Amino acid sequence: MSHTEDPSGDRRDFLYYATAGTGLVVAGAAAWPLVNSMNPSLDVQAASQLRVDVSGLSEGTQLTVLFLGKPVFIRRSTQDEIEAAQAVEMADLVDPDARNDNLPDGSAATAPDRFIRPDGAYGGDFTAEGGAWLVMTGVCTHLGCVPLGDGAGDFGGWFCPCHGSHYDTAGRIRQGPAPRNLQIPAVEFIDETTILLG
Amino acid sequence: MLRKLALSTVATLALVTGGAQAAGEGGHVENFAFSFDGPFGRYDQDQLQRGLQVFTQVCSACHGLSHVPLRSLANEGGIGWTEDEVRAYIDENFIEVYDPDLQDYRAATPNDNFPENTGVGAPDLSLMAKARLGFHGPQGTALNSLVNGVGGPEYIASLLTGYTGEEVDQFGSIFYVNETMEGGLIRMSPPLYEDAVEYADGTPATEDLMAQDVAAFLMWAAEPNMMARKQMGLLAVIILGVFSVLLYLTNKRLWAPVKARAKGITPAE
Amino acid sequence: MSGIPHDHYEPKTRGEKWLDRRLPIVGLMYDVLMLPTPKNLNWMWIWGIVLVFCLVMQILTGVLLAMHYTPHVDFAFASVEHIMRNVNGGWAIRYIHMNGASLFFIAVYLHIFRGLYYGSYKAPREVTWIIGMLIYVLMIGTAFMGYVLPWGQMSFWGATVITGLFGAIPFIGEGIQTWLLGGPAVDNATLNRFLSLHFLLPFLILGLVIVHVWAFHTTGNNNPTGVEVRRTSKKEADADTLPFWPYFVIKDLFALVLILVVFFAVVGFMPNFLGHPDNYIEANPLATPAHIVPEWYFLPFYAILRAFDGEVWVVIAANFLTGGIVDAKFFGVIAMFGAIVVMALAPWLDTSSVRSGRYRPMFKWWFWVFIVNFFVLMWVGARPAEGIYPYIALIGSTYWFAYFLVILPLLGVIEKPLAQPRTIEEDFNDHYGTDHGKPGSGSATAPTPAE
Repeated sequence: MSHTEDPSGDRRDFLYYATAGTGLVVAGAAAWPLVNSMNPSLDVQAASQLRVDVSGLSEGTQLTVLFLGKPVFIRRSTQDEIEAAQAVEMADLVDPDARNDNLPDGSAATAPDRFIRPDGAYGGDFTAEGGAWLVMTGVCTHLGCVPLGDGAGDFGGWFCPCHGSHYDTAGRIRQGPAPRNLQIPAVEFIDETTILLG
Repeated sequence: MLRKLALSTVATLALVTGGAQAAGEGGHVENFAFSFDGPFGRYDQDQLQRGLQVFTQVCSACHGLSHVPLRSLANEGGIGWTEDEVRAYIDENFIEVYDPDLQDYRAATPNDNFPENTGVGAPDLSLMAKARLGFHGPQGTALNSLVNGVGGPEYIASLLTGYTGEEVDQFGSIFYVNETMEGGLIRMSPPLYEDAVEYADGTPATEDLMAQDVAAFLMWAAEPNMMARKQMGLLAVIILGVFSVLLYLTNKRLWAPVKARAKGITPAE
Repeated sequence: MSGIPHDHYEPKTRGEKWLDRRLPIVGLMYDVLMLPTPKNLNWMWIWGIVLVFCLVMQILTGVLLAMHYTPHVDFAFASVEHIMRNVNGGWAIRYIHMNGASLFFIAVYLHIFRGLYYGSYKAPREVTWIIGMLIYVLMIGTAFMGYVLPWGQMSFWGATVITGLFGAIPFIGEGIQTWLLGGPAVDNATLNRFLSLHFLLPFLILGLVIVHVWAFHTTGNNNPTGVEVRRTSKKEADADTLPFWPYFVIKDLFALVLILVVFFAVVGFMPNFLGHPDNYIEANPLATPAHIVPEWYFLPFYAILRAFDGEVWVVIAANFLTGGIVDAKFFGVIAMFGAIVVMALAPWLDTSSVRSGRYRPMFKWWFWVFIVNFFVLMWVGARPAEGIYPYIALIGSTYWFAYFLVILPLLGVIEKPLAQPRTIEEDFNDHYGTDHGKPGSGSATAPTPAE
């Protein structure tokens, strides 16, 4: 005989199903930690946020930090730079989207939605006199080079030497092959002199 | 025959449990009772916090803890701090780490490990609680550690309280007589004394208590995931136990007709 | 397959026929799974499945560990701590891998001892046995190199001692040692290549396991009586056997899960019991630990290695006879590897015409002494090489070699075996026929010569 006798009772079936079911549970309980071990480890998860001390920045100076493998520009913009950005018409922009992770999708690339106020907020009531910060990922949206900053290019902002993209004082693309404004990552001021990225 | 074997095993175990070796050449380890002993033992959070305090204020002067991330002080199953408390701890104790990019020291962040400390040649304590065997088996049979555990924290606590007070001058260095240290002599001067530390919760800081607290803390430092491990062990034993019972019954049912045929009986049902 | 008459796979659906014509894999799987298996196999036959499970478990956990491990002397130890503390569930994967090695060796020793007791190595299963011995040697190599990877004190110094043994080989020893190490001493080159080989060997083991299974499927399994399955007719074959699926798959699974209950209790509640605390200290080439001890599964061979020191007469004799070429160190190395060689030669050293130890009353005693001796050697391998211990190690080593080279050959000649059952069916019915466990009266049987 090369087969088992055919079970006919419910009791017999129940036992087999219960055993097979428990087997599946055991297999799943074993497989999940193995798969999960490939998810970011605790040190990588902890590096998903970065605190930056910006007390040393005066108006018109900036610093660059490496965050999640990419450069992030943090600039304390001058009043002139802010006013120049406010003066630009939305229609003149190549990319009207704010590209700001702290705002809902589809927000317009107006100055209030690109510069972060000293009280740590985007949008809303915004004047150049109050001062503002520009925090954005320094990766050209064309093919990924790092643009040169500090008033470079024809629009007083940043210029990418790879293929000639020009960004203005709010980091918005104005001329050149890049399709989108420089990305603004998740950022907040946790106190007067510390920015939290991520 | 089996009963005789069982009785002699019990007798042997009774002889070896709590086994401390003769002092003199070191090796004396007292079997302190820790809250995390045994399969259902758990870390005592208050004890871990007191132990951290002892480590910070007494031990860290000479000893590093370089494999322990500072943020793990906020992990589950351990000290139980929040991330803000970790940052406060770093600030209050001016913890600095060497940054190879800056080629200089800078303030530590929670994602850094505790700094290493090789200043006076003292061993790093990150794994000390797992790197010492407290309970030696009788004549090399490992029965002692089977019953009482590896005994790392017991070793540490015994060592800290095992100074006799005598000193010996050897090869131009001063060694201290210690009943636990292998060979009986240790270069570390007695680090603990009554009220060496003022506990934040007001507990009187006796030498014995501080020794056990810091030993418990070092056990956590060596094995921060102990709670998760024991939980997994219990869960696995229960689930697999249920599974094995089901498999036993399945197997029995499967073989019943075969075995019945051997008896010459028509298989039931 | 094994020459035992049984039903074969018949592809029924169009899909099955399509595949079967191009690659008869379903047929192969069917034949493997439905193999007619002696129905009287006892619980010592479960270790094969445990071993396969261990191999898969070690490969899975090992590959995952390798994703987070750094094989550089400056980072290896710290990367293991990174796994223990930062990687999600890394502590569990590490402890399972670490203790999985021990489970692997517990299973392999029981599997081998089963083979020794029931004569599974005897004709026609010699090739199965030799392949098994090769798998065992690869396991030893894998475990040895794996233990070096955490780069603790025992990792480093164990590697130093064992690679130093190769230096004992006359004339070519130093060259071989340097080649193995990639330098004058255990260092980064050694660590890197040990990771590479530790990753590779298990897959060689996997290949050999497949050949091992092929080999014993060709001959058919042995069974506790040593009496062969009847192949003269399908009716008789069916009376002696049961298909592997479901009877032995479920039986083996039950045993495996029970063993895993114990395994996970160890991993959960005492994961460092079988290890050595010194390996939680980072490797220091300038400071040797007081007692260098290998992991428990190597201890018997470590005892044999150390037993043959310069004061043992056979070593002195060998030294004299070879004009100094074979010194104590080299003799110990020969003895250590020789112990495995001599076990591998069992099929040709055992002269008995009776296969199973069940029916060999004299053999039984010597066999059990061999088992006790194995544990004595294991215990003495961890003791310091002073006082009474070297004598115990020497006696134990002598018995090991005597068992294979003297006792097994002699027993076949002088032993009078007990009556064996005529068939497996008879043995099975005897076992379950009257009271469970008590062998029934059974008809008088003449001893059947092992084929």
